[in-house]
Amino acid sequence: MKLTLKIWRQKDANSKGKMMDYTIDGIDGDMSFLEMMDVLNEELINKGEEPVEFDHDCREGICGSCSLQINGEPHGPDRLVTTCQLHMRKFNDGDTITIEPFRAKAFPVIKDLIVDRTAFDRIQQAGGFISVNTSGNTQDANSIPIDKHDADDAFYSAACIGCGACVAACKNASAMLFTSAKVSQYALLPQGKVEAVDRVQNMVRQMDLEGFGNCTNTGACEVECPKGISLENIARMNREYLSASVKG
Amino acid sequence: MSGLLKSSIARKVVMALSGLFLVFFLGQHFVINIMSVIAPDTFNTWSHFMGYNPLVQYLLQPILIAGVIVHFAMGIALEIQNNRARSVKYAKYKGGANASWISRNMIITGLVVLAFLGLHMYDFWIHEMAYKYIEVKPEDPTRYYAETVEKFEPVLRTVLYVISFGLLALHLLHGFASSFQSMGLNNKYTPAIKTFTKIYAIGIPLGFAFIAIYHHLNPITH
Amino acid sequence: MGILDSKVPAGPLAAKWTKHKNEIDLVNPANKRNIDIIVVGTGLAGGSAAATLAELGYNVKTFCYQDSPRRAHSIAAQGGINAAKNYQGDGDSNYRLFYDTVKGGDYRSREANVYRLAEVSGQIIDQCVAQGVPFAREYGGLLDNRSFGGVLVSRTFYAKGQTGQQLLLGAYSAMNRQINRGKIQPFNRHEMMDLVKIDGKARGIIARNLITGEIERHSAHAVVLATGGYGNVFFLSTNAMGSNVMAAWRAHRRGAHFANPCFTQIHPTCIPVSGDHQSKLTLMSESLRNDGRIWVPAKLEDAQAIREGKLKPTQLKEEDRDYYLERRYPAFGNLVPRDVASRAAKERCDEGFGINKTGEAVYLDFDAAIMRYGKEKALTSGMKDADDKTIRNLGEEVIENKYGNLFQMYEKIVDENPYKTPMMIYPAVHYTMGGLWVDYNLQTTVEGCYAAGEANFSDHGANRLGASALMQGLADGYFVLPYTIGDYLSNDIRTGKIPTDSPEFEASEKEVRDRIEKLMNGKGTHSVDYYHKILGKIMWNKCGMSRNEKELQEAIDEISSLRADFWENVRVPGSPDTKNQELEKAGRVADFLELGELFAKDALTRNESCGGHFREEYQTPEGEALRDDENFKFVSSWEYKGEPKDAVLHKEELKYENIELKTRSYK
Repeated sequence: MKLTLKIWRQKDANSKGKMMDYTIDGIDGDMSFLEMMDVLNEELINKGEEPVEFDHDCREGICGSCSLQINGEPHGPDRLVTTCQLHMRKFNDGDTITIEPFRAKAFPVIKDLIVDRTAFDRIQQAGGFISVNTSGNTQDANSIPIDKHDADDAFYSAACIGCGACVAACKNASAMLFTSAKVSQYALLPQGKVEAVDRVQNMVRQMDLEGFGNCTNTGACEVECPKGISLENIARMNREYLSASVKG
Repeated sequence: MSGLLKSSIARKVVMALSGLFLVFFLGQHFVINIMSVIAPDTFNTWSHFMGYNPLVQYLLQPILIAGVIVHFAMGIALEIQNNRARSVKYAKYKGGANASWISRNMIITGLVVLAFLGLHMYDFWIHEMAYKYIEVKPEDPTRYYAETVEKFEPVLRTVLYVISFGLLALHLLHGFASSFQSMGLNNKYTPAIKTFTKIYAIGIPLGFAFIAIYHHLNPITH
Repeated sequence: MGILDSKVPAGPLAAKWTKHKNEIDLVNPANKRNIDIIVVGTGLAGGSAAATLAELGYNVKTFCYQDSPRRAHSIAAQGGINAAKNYQGDGDSNYRLFYDTVKGGDYRSREANVYRLAEVSGQIIDQCVAQGVPFAREYGGLLDNRSFGGVLVSRTFYAKGQTGQQLLLGAYSAMNRQINRGKIQPFNRHEMMDLVKIDGKARGIIARNLITGEIERHSAHAVVLATGGYGNVFFLSTNAMGSNVMAAWRAHRRGAHFANPCFTQIHPTCIPVSGDHQSKLTLMSESLRNDGRIWVPAKLEDAQAIREGKLKPTQLKEEDRDYYLERRYPAFGNLVPRDVASRAAKERCDEGFGINKTGEAVYLDFDAAIMRYGKEKALTSGMKDADDKTIRNLGEEVIENKYGNLFQMYEKIVDENPYKTPMMIYPAVHYTMGGLWVDYNLQTTVEGCYAAGEANFSDHGANRLGASALMQGLADGYFVLPYTIGDYLSNDIRTGKIPTDSPEFEASEKEVRDRIEKLMNGKGTHSVDYYHKILGKIMWNKCGMSRNEKELQEAIDEISSLRADFWENVRVPGSPDTKNQELEKAGRVADFLELGELFAKDALTRNESCGGHFREEYQTPEGEALRDDENFKFVSSWEYKGEPKDAVLHKEELKYENIELKTRSYK
């Protein structure tokens, strides 16, 4: 198929960027979206132009590197997939595809379609852990039985890949879904209860400091999340936060 | 408490609490108003009680005004902040693909409701205040029904009211259920809550619209 | 012994590690504060090592090319992690895990290292649970296990099909705790370009800031390389696009031996290649082989009809199907080790039984499992005589619960519903057992330079068993390296901070800059990928699942001339002073072009078949691998001498004192 691509080009963080048009032909439905971008880049290099830079790594939907706002939606029109798993069969011959970086003040553009998502790392650093040393003397793993449902729910929360689609989709660029997924994972497990009060307060404080917007419960994040992280996590974090505030 | 207010979650909770309070107020307002259709005498009695009971006047009324101000001021502040969180906008943003128009446009429905509130205050509350505290007219427990019906005589006002009730319904459709989420309530009762809030969000404004239209169509003949 | 002293402690096997820990020197807490350690790579091995070293009190700097440690490719491991917990009471023990691993590796790994791995495996699970890793559990609240290829017990702990992700996020959370305390300084989007040696010791690295292009000097008292494997030398592999050998290869060029480069694991269950545009391959977890049955049509004409789309696999009668693994290996059936399963698939496809357009795919069929689970579910839900349709629906639910995310992934990529029609799979490059040579302490042949995880060669011999990579990464990082490195660092408590303005740093930086300049100045017309794809084709065709002398020699020559062409004609657009992904790729491919040749040379030298290394000249009449313990019971450790063809082979003889060498049989 033949496509028109409108792609955001930006030299570096300090430069002004703009949308540029490209046309591309010979795209096969079995290609992934990023393989289509590979074809474009190969053409650009052969023409002596600079290729379009975008983050990507595992190309199997788990590392969370790939991003891209495709036709106004993070990771494109398909559901429960990352851009690297989006296949060109979702598009039609002659389509125009708009490709932009994930936009948020807290995710500044580094180059072209690459954004800086270290704000997520800093949120995790503020409290996304259980303070246990690697002494080799922790108790036997089976000495803490955990209700299967809680363990499963903790897993579903922990399945977040930190790609930032929630922020990109949210009209407020809020990072509540991401932050709450981590808070939830630990809130659901007995191991995480000990530090629950400090954790939620520290992580929310950092989230606010990074300049993300406020949650208005539109639910866009949940719909666009490639891993199907549920809004329940946000409610849980709200609850945890309120109870932490009461406890001081 | 001040520390609590600094966080985004706390601000959301304030929105939720003030919103819920207003939703509750709306319900009781409706119960009184519907009496103007069913039983004008009861309407007069209740309205008089609300207008002259010191507890209502000097405690509940200021709380209500504060609630309104907090809800709107916070809503606008949050909107400004949210706007800033994405300084460079998307060239193409397909918000409709993942969220309802209603949830994305609370500021619009909210501002319309605010404008309506201005009109409504001008229509009824200013009049009440003038009657009681400026002109200092005597208490008259029978005047309310007639005053109300009279207001809906002009088509323009009735239409404005009905449109506003429509937007209020939209605002409530998202806001009511959303407030539970903001306060951390999302569990097995959530579907039930959502159904209830839907009925409420459509039912109450529909009722108000009905009252307005009813009075417009049934003027008091002198 | 020469330069290859494995430093395995004396004494009985089971007591070696404890004895060693008791005898090595420690660094006192106050002195640890004066010691800096660089950890390159932040996957399971690097992340866990960095966190533990920082906990112990050292000052740690971590480096990764990704934008966050959480994105390291350990995250993509699906199936699980082994541990000899014996929670299932099925007779598991440290010895059995040790035995299975050595046997699975076809007797080409070092006994003492493997035993230590088995010994600490249980602690890994304890540690991870304490960190909040949400492993799968049974209804009673205790941990669940599944079984994996090549073993007869259930010892694999898992978190759905995302075990690697959960373990990595655990290690990352441990890192975050130390970053928060200021004990780890993370350098993300940084790539190690060279190892700096001072007086023969590793004392730092030269790194490139991938955002600004700046070349930076970082000094430390020891350098840990945990940079993963080199499967991407094949261009198409299940590795991440960025996975590369640069750090390990730079260390190799500075004196670290590279061991067994030809030991590569070709994983049997990957989604087949669909076309020339393919940029990477996707693994379908080995756990699927617990329930899936692998087959091809028994008749050539059926295979052809399927390839041409005239016949559907579901139309083929049971007797017309060849469940070749069950036929050839009745004892282990579909659960034979990876190398065996991969070769068997290749054998069938080479004979013309392949079932997709390219003729390079076999079926992985869940129909039997769906019906089996469905029946069980129907009975336990009180349905005594449920019809087939109900049973099928119930069975599909059970399968979805177990493998839902994998099935979904398959459907997204292939556009076929694997619940209704069998999956198509084919082997793909997945893991490299070879890597930097390390001694018992995980130290390379460069003093002060350590290697952990997939980057080293130590534990898997010639073939790795499923769910053992995660185990090894975390064992190295959490429980081995942090202790053994102390022994070395105890001599450094008086050294003080290492200055970065020494002539050695100066010289290394200059070499790095010259190399980048040379890459930028290639005048030709071909992109980096152009070369990488050609290299991959050579590797896959001539150094892949089966190898022979003639083709290996050809590979050596072809890679050598491709390398020359590359340096002459590669085109890298843009500038070296900004983010430049083409430049990043170019540097990595340049190193693959050297490694590839050494790989082929290593394979050519090893005149036997063992594990993942199958030489056509050395096979039994039934086509099984023919090992030669008399002449090849050693680790090939290559010393860098300029061109790969000049590399010098050193042999570390392997001693088996606790295990009897046998012909591996899964029949």
